[in-house]
Amino acid sequence: MLDFLKTLIASFQDFLFLAGRSFRNIVRRPHYYDDVFMQMDIIGVGSLPIVILIGAFSGAIIALQMARALSTYGASSQVGTIVSLTLVRELGPVLSAVMVAGRNASAIASELGSMKVTEQIDAMRALGTDPVQKLVTPRLIATTLMLPCLTVIADVIGLIGAYLIAVPLLKIISASEYWSTSWRALVLNDLAQGLLKPFVFGMIISLVGCFYGLRTTGGTQGVGRAVTEAVVAAMVWIFVVTLLIDKIFVGL
Amino acid sequence: MAAPHEPLLEFKDVSLKFGDTWALRNVSLTLKPGETRIVFGAAGAGKTTLLKAVIGLVEVDTGDINLFGHDVTSSKETDLFVLRARAGVLFQEGGLFDSLSVGENVEYPLLNQKSNGTGVLALGAAQSRAKDALRFVELAQTFDQFPSELSGGMRRRVGIARAIVTEPPLVLYDSPTAGLDPITANTIMALVAKERDVRNSASLIVTHRYQDGEIMSDFRYDQEQEELVKLGDGKDTALRERTKFIVMKEGAMVFFGTKQELEASGDEYVKRFVRHGDE
Repeated sequence: MLDFLKTLIASFQDFLFLAGRSFRNIVRRPHYYDDVFMQMDIIGVGSLPIVILIGAFSGAIIALQMARALSTYGASSQVGTIVSLTLVRELGPVLSAVMVAGRNASAIASELGSMKVTEQIDAMRALGTDPVQKLVTPRLIATTLMLPCLTVIADVIGLIGAYLIAVPLLKIISASEYWSTSWRALVLNDLAQGLLKPFVFGMIISLVGCFYGLRTTGGTQGVGRAVTEAVVAAMVWIFVVTLLIDKIFVGL
Repeated sequence: MAAPHEPLLEFKDVSLKFGDTWALRNVSLTLKPGETRIVFGAAGAGKTTLLKAVIGLVEVDTGDINLFGHDVTSSKETDLFVLRARAGVLFQEGGLFDSLSVGENVEYPLLNQKSNGTGVLALGAAQSRAKDALRFVELAQTFDQFPSELSGGMRRRVGIARAIVTEPPLVLYDSPTAGLDPITANTIMALVAKERDVRNSASLIVTHRYQDGEIMSDFRYDQEQEELVKLGDGKDTALRERTKFIVMKEGAMVFFGTKQELEASGDEYVKRFVRHGDE
């Protein structure tokens, strides 16, 4: 039991070291801009279709479920408010992050893991380049910048999805009423936590992916294990951190 | 850069233990420009660890390692990247980046090393230097191919091109001929000797093949004839002297000397690495 805790704390410490080094490298030369832009394309543009799809469906699902629940209280007109609050505060950031974690934490872990087991990471170090600078920092910057953008897109698409259910399909509310209530429901606090979350999730996803990738051992099987661990850990951390941020913002 | 008479690399009483096994045991050696050290030894005798210790890829327990006048043992990782960038390394399997093309692999040190200042060296300049390096190993036509499309020997040659593209004063070779057929292996060693003689660089070569040492010791690259020529006995003695052999056993250097001394050695362990002419 004690040994288990020790390894757990030791690996968390390693994770913090890696995080520290990659943050420090943001301001240190050399800057690998090409890698940052390439990662932004892979992570941001590459995740766009899935994030749009998930955003549209989650908005539509909330609208469907809420329309029924709200009608029992005669409060169907509140559907816009509910949809925009749940999407912006919670579902937009979390679902986008989960999608990106599944897509990119795994991709990062498998790419870096394969490089590790084929000694390409060692080759990188031997050639006088810092693998953290070359591989981790660009992924950290790219994911942290792209995830908030993806989340905003998911939020907007989700609202459109909910609109399609509530207005043309169920006809429980007029278009202008839907848009004005959903817009007026949002206050600064909602927007702040809706944007802070993906920012933090972006760091978690990229760093967790890189961390498990870089400590891969045991050949191709090890790569598979690293990918699984990275995705699971990233998702668990996403939910834990959501709760923490919620706690802070509910208190405000 | 170190003056010609000063060693590029110096090990002083270096030791490293992995658990109960010695990886390096009181190893001392020096290497000057133009010199060659051939390292023999059984598997697990510490040959690769020796190479890794040179550029600080493994931390040693005791002793001093001096590379280009800088202390490797007390340097921080960030400073080591600058030092490593000045040494060329060929990995056992070539160590190429499989997602980059051959050309991009060879350009990699030029475009990414801190000392070369990312972006300072324009892509065009890097490309032409990479092409020169590939021409040196006679693989200029593979520039746009990927490592997976090449044979083992070709990959090894691309690895050499990448190791020497920055024109390092010291090149480390980890088993450059392992797993290759004799003809390809000789081609590789000819390139290693050529690199030494064209640019007067120092080389540290870990190998299993006695012939690799023979080529380095008995031949020199003639730039006019563009091929290796065998050294004569008379005035070429000094040239022979620059190649020394090291035999390692359980982390310790059990032999150090010239080819003649190696062949004359009576030690049973040392004899295992010598292929005598009549055999």
